[in-house]
Amino acid sequence: MMEIGLNHYLVLSTILFAIGLVGVMRRKNLLLLFFATEILLNSVNIAFAAISHYYGDLTGQMFAFFVIAIAASELAVGLGLLIVWYKRHGNIDLDTMTSMRG
Amino acid sequence: MFEAVAFYLFAFLTIAMFSITVMTSQALYALTALAAGMIFISAFFFILGADFLGAIQIIVYTGAVMALYAFGMMFFDTTREVKEKKGNKFIIIGLSTLAAVMVVAIFVAPILSNNIVALYPVVEGAGNTETVGLVLFTKYLIPFEVAAVMLLVAMIAGIVLAGKKMDLSLTLMNSEEIEEKDKKVLS
Repeated sequence: MMEIGLNHYLVLSTILFAIGLVGVMRRKNLLLLFFATEILLNSVNIAFAAISHYYGDLTGQMFAFFVIAIAASELAVGLGLLIVWYKRHGNIDLDTMTSMRG
Repeated sequence: MFEAVAFYLFAFLTIAMFSITVMTSQALYALTALAAGMIFISAFFFILGADFLGAIQIIVYTGAVMALYAFGMMFFDTTREVKEKKGNKFIIIGLSTLAAVMVVAIFVAPILSNNIVALYPVVEGAGNTETVGLVLFTKYLIPFEVAAVMLLVAMIAGIVLAGKKMDLSLTLMNSEEIEEKDKKVLS
């Protein structure tokens, strides 16, 4: 109980991932959907860092860096698109984006 | 002992903050809770000895990403209550549990097979930042450069997308001019 091992971190990462998934599934507002995807990426980063620490291998940290870079660029492009959509239509609800009849 | 206390404290705080982010109906509460959760996550990186990653987490996420979200939210009507999807609760919870179990399986499978060898072991007698630099600029140099190009592309895309019509000042025009401009832009 008092000794924190790899499994503790993996369980925590899984809980956070589940919270993010709940957010992705229940959010309709696209901005809050972005928040949920950030939670998903962060939970995976915790798992990467924990595995990197407990196996004495730096590969996990490297991948965590690349995940952060990808999250930043995804956010920049996504927020730009979101602003353009809001200027055109006045809302960012997911249900209204049915112009492709998906 | 202290590691356990810190772990459980920050685990509780992170889960609470992210739950608020996911469950609240106010966009501003979600933003602040997300920023707090990002800072608490960096505490895990410091506990795990990944100091550089923790610093990057604070700088990039709470410094850059949250600031970008805050600027982006100025464009949107955030005071309005967020309406949610009325989906089936049991389907959502079931799917989330299934996905979480699958993630555990993905992580546990290589641990059970128990033949993991450290490809790039931690260098003795060097700090975390030095070892990160050693690995990043030798083994992961090309992915690093590709990530740099990707960030440049994302920056240009963000400027091009969000920067349209930035030369017009909405605060200095009166409302008729703005409506006329809107008609021109929308048509």
